Amino acid sequence: MAMDAAMIERLIKESLPDAQVSIEDLRGDGDHYAAHVVSNAFRGKTRVQQHQMVYQALRGRMGNELHALALQTGAPED
Amino acid sequence: MDTTVHERINQEVADNPVVLFMKGSPVFPQCGFSAAVVQILSHLGVKFKGVDVLADPGIRQGIKEFSNWPTIPQLYVKGEFVGGCDIIREMYETGELQQVLEQKGVPVRA
Repeated sequence: MAMDAAMIERLIKESLPDAQVSIEDLRGDGDHYAAHVVSNAFRGKTRVQQHQMVYQALRGRMGNELHALALQTGAPED
Repeated sequence: MDTTVHERINQEVADNPVVLFMKGSPVFPQCGFSAAVVQILSHLGVKFKGVDVLADPGIRQGIKEFSNWPTIPQLYVKGEFVGGCDIIREMYETGELQQVLEQKGVPVRA
């Protein structure tokens, strides 16, 4: 099952409106993505918490329709 | 989640200092993400217990609820969830993984 990159970006931005999101379709198959997400909401959070926030934004799709999303997260640099 | 599944996961992470919930076994990983974490741990000379979630559908679902984390692999050190493949890879590259393991008293090869 595949999911398009614009949909992933939209879901992330619904939960994290300030997020800068860049998504790369790693194999061009709509199933293996890498996302880089930068948001102020990540400040002071551990990596595990940051990724959980992104997974939360994807509302259960991660691990189901969305097989592989390599995540890199962080707060904006000052 | 089934209480017995929850108990079994608790037991695994309590009994073993380093536990990797993964697809396949450390010798024959069945997924590239699991294989990547096995490779990092092996490279660091860390002894760990691999739990094959493919062999147990209860654990496969249960571990996701246990940690509120939707994907496999999942690495636990001294009972604490440290991360999945991306986090472990990133921590390994920055040297943070080695630090965390040492802080928790897990021997790491220099």
